[in-house]
Amino acid sequence: MKVTETIPEETIKIDASGIYYRELNARLRELAQNGARKIELHNVYGQRYIGTNLNRPVEVTIFGTPGNDLGAFMEGPRITVYGNAQDGCGNTMNDGEIIIHGHAGDVIGLSARGGKIFVRDSVGYRAGIHMKEYQDKKPILVIGGTAQDFLGEYMAGGTLVLLGLNREGHHKAKFVGTGMHGGVIYLRGNIESYQLGKEVGVAELGEADRELLARLVGEFAAHFGYNADEILKHKFIKLFPLSLRPYGRIYAH
Amino acid sequence: MKTYLPPKFLVERDQDKCIKCEVCVNQCSFDNHYYDAEDDEMKTRTEGCVGCHRCVTFCPTGALTVRRNPLEYRDNYNWRPEYIEDIIKQAETGGVLLTGMGNDKGQRIYWDHLVLNASQVTNPSIDPLREPMELTTYLGRKPDRVELDTDLNLQTELAPQVKLEVPVMFAAMSYGAVSLNVHESLARAATEAGTLWNTGEGGLHPKLYKYGNNTIVQVASGRFGVHPEYLEVARVVEIKIGQGAKPGIGGHLPGEKVSAEVSATRMIPQGTDALSPAPQHDIYSIEDLAQLVYALKEATHYTKPVSVKIAAVHNSAAIASGMVRAGADIIVLDGLRGATGAAPKVIRDNVGIPIELALASVDTRLRQEGIRNRASIVVSGGIRNSGDVAKAIALGADAVYIGTAALIALGCRLCQQCHTGKCAWGICTTDLFLSKRVNPDIGARRLANLLRGWSLELKDMLGGMGINALESLRGNRLHLRGVGLTETELKILGVKMAGE
Ligand code: SF4
Ligand code: SF4
Repeated sequence: MKVTETIPEETIKIDASGIYYRELNARLRELAQNGARKIELHNVYGQRYIGTNLNRPVEVTIFGTPGNDLGAFMEGPRITVYGNAQDGCGNTMNDGEIIIHGHAGDVIGLSARGGKIFVRDSVGYRAGIHMKEYQDKKPILVIGGTAQDFLGEYMAGGTLVLLGLNREGHHKAKFVGTGMHGGVIYLRGNIESYQLGKEVGVAELGEADRELLARLVGEFAAHFGYNADEILKHKFIKLFPLSLRPYGRIYAH
Repeated sequence: MKTYLPPKFLVERDQDKCIKCEVCVNQCSFDNHYYDAEDDEMKTRTEGCVGCHRCVTFCPTGALTVRRNPLEYRDNYNWRPEYIEDIIKQAETGGVLLTGMGNDKGQRIYWDHLVLNASQVTNPSIDPLREPMELTTYLGRKPDRVELDTDLNLQTELAPQVKLEVPVMFAAMSYGAVSLNVHESLARAATEAGTLWNTGEGGLHPKLYKYGNNTIVQVASGRFGVHPEYLEVARVVEIKIGQGAKPGIGGHLPGEKVSAEVSATRMIPQGTDALSPAPQHDIYSIEDLAQLVYALKEATHYTKPVSVKIAAVHNSAAIASGMVRAGADIIVLDGLRGATGAAPKVIRDNVGIPIELALASVDTRLRQEGIRNRASIVVSGGIRNSGDVAKAIALGADAVYIGTAALIALGCRLCQQCHTGKCAWGICTTDLFLSKRVNPDIGARRLANLLRGWSLELKDMLGGMGINALESLRGNRLHLRGVGLTETELKILGVKMAGE
């Protein structure tokens, strides 16, 4: 592997073609530990777990297609992908940021407890499943396109924004928010009630909601070169859990 | 609705011995005892008694006893009282019957049909009191072959290994299901005894990080309290797929048990339900399992064994083979009699297979495939004493987990009320008043004593067989014989009939 000598302020470029993920990630870890702040990975073809064990605020820019579990268990780095991400992106992520200039696969943000994920285009099934929050740790997932079924399933905290820019706010996902018992989903456009999980309520946005949404859409637009005001003009709805204890009453002792 | 349920127990008080000290009133977390000022007498509402013996144990004059309610039903082998009473409960509530602890039904306990060998005449037995006897066990992947250089230095790169002084570890019990004092007792006892304890799926309280070297941390479907530091402090990381008490279903820690401290450790808001989804939604296949195994290896820089725990079910052998191929360094099988803090009764009592059969078939299968060295096998679910441990080792286990036995050491009387959060012994509760009943100094002592006793007994059994290291018993089924078993059972267990 060819690597420019470590000078922390400089961007370090790595040609990842043909490098096994374990070796690539070990190299990244070493660089991060030696104080590298900016790393560019070129020709990434499916290497898994990028960003998983860096545990510091390093900036990683990926050109190509990172493999599954991008940023799994991640704590700190900021990852930008010029390409599509695959499944399990941001799995159990604790902190940091992932910005995807493309699509992402299934279970993005699974069980994330912190950090932010922005996806320019669409995502697969069960996006944001079981995201949870604790005190100041609140995961954020903003999706520019649309999502497949079971969006926000079991969601226990955090904020999920679905913009539907590619379909002008028409969403096809079903079972949205099934088992949801915390957090909030802001959805641009509308959704039929048969598409929602039965634990989910629908509401108009309040003042605080609009502020938060404007901030997140602003960040999204800045990442991907959109006009935030244009996006925000459209109607949004808020999906919220009807109960913090959806399954509290099915048991007998 | 008036309940049609008859009381399960009668609490009897010898009024001559009772000194009205009200210890029983304070001890009974089910509010059964009270002082009747009019009669100037201590009284008991017997219908609420769960038979936990807390009041009996702490009554200073021994005035109390608890008996099974002698109320008889008409004999009916089909409609036994338990089934009648379950129907009454459901007719009154319309809910899923919830229970605690392990399966209490009569499925065959194979440990009781296996006997161990001893040396007589043709080979000498060994006296463990005077001769060295080794129980040391290493958990982790063993290499396919070992290469040495000419100076006999090891050339093969070894996968991370964990050394146990005694092949008995404490099973996963989450903080939230059990109290922090129980966690501390387990952690300290494991440290003292040179073995491991397991956090379960509810995170690890920072106060216990210092016992990290003897700690297995769990990563389950809820991913509660899983963060880089949690993985960092641990000795082993365990992926929980399933649990013997409730194979195939998720967990559900009710909001009442999510106290401030539990909320901090699980990293979820206080008072909300902690739902553990039934599957891990990033694992729908062996390939997906491999992905999580390696995600955790990446996250811990390949310095710790990754364990995968499943409930023992019909296809365990094939699944175990997949788990090993997915990169698990330790595989854990939890049998039909494994316990829980809360599970639907119908699942606890009817789903899964006995651990003895699962263990034998998994060990056999991995040997047949030539991959037995690639993972250690740990079994749990109904290990009651050192005899069961020795038999498990002979059937092929590297080590065992004990959960129920550990809780009994702390005072548990198997009253099966764990799911109520009212455990009078302060074990299975997060109530601050009740959880003080387990003093970690005493708890750690009782647990370490238990392990010490079992170690001595294991050495006795080994010595009797004429072997001086547990390693020589491991997977050596010739040291076992079956009693009262069918041809098929003997075949699956891979043991001969006694007398053969
Ligand atoms: S529930 Fe336990 S403490 Fe209460 S009366 Fe019964 S045995 Fe005594
Ligand atoms: S842990 Fe407590 S509630 Fe559960 S069975 Fe034991 S004594 Fe009863």
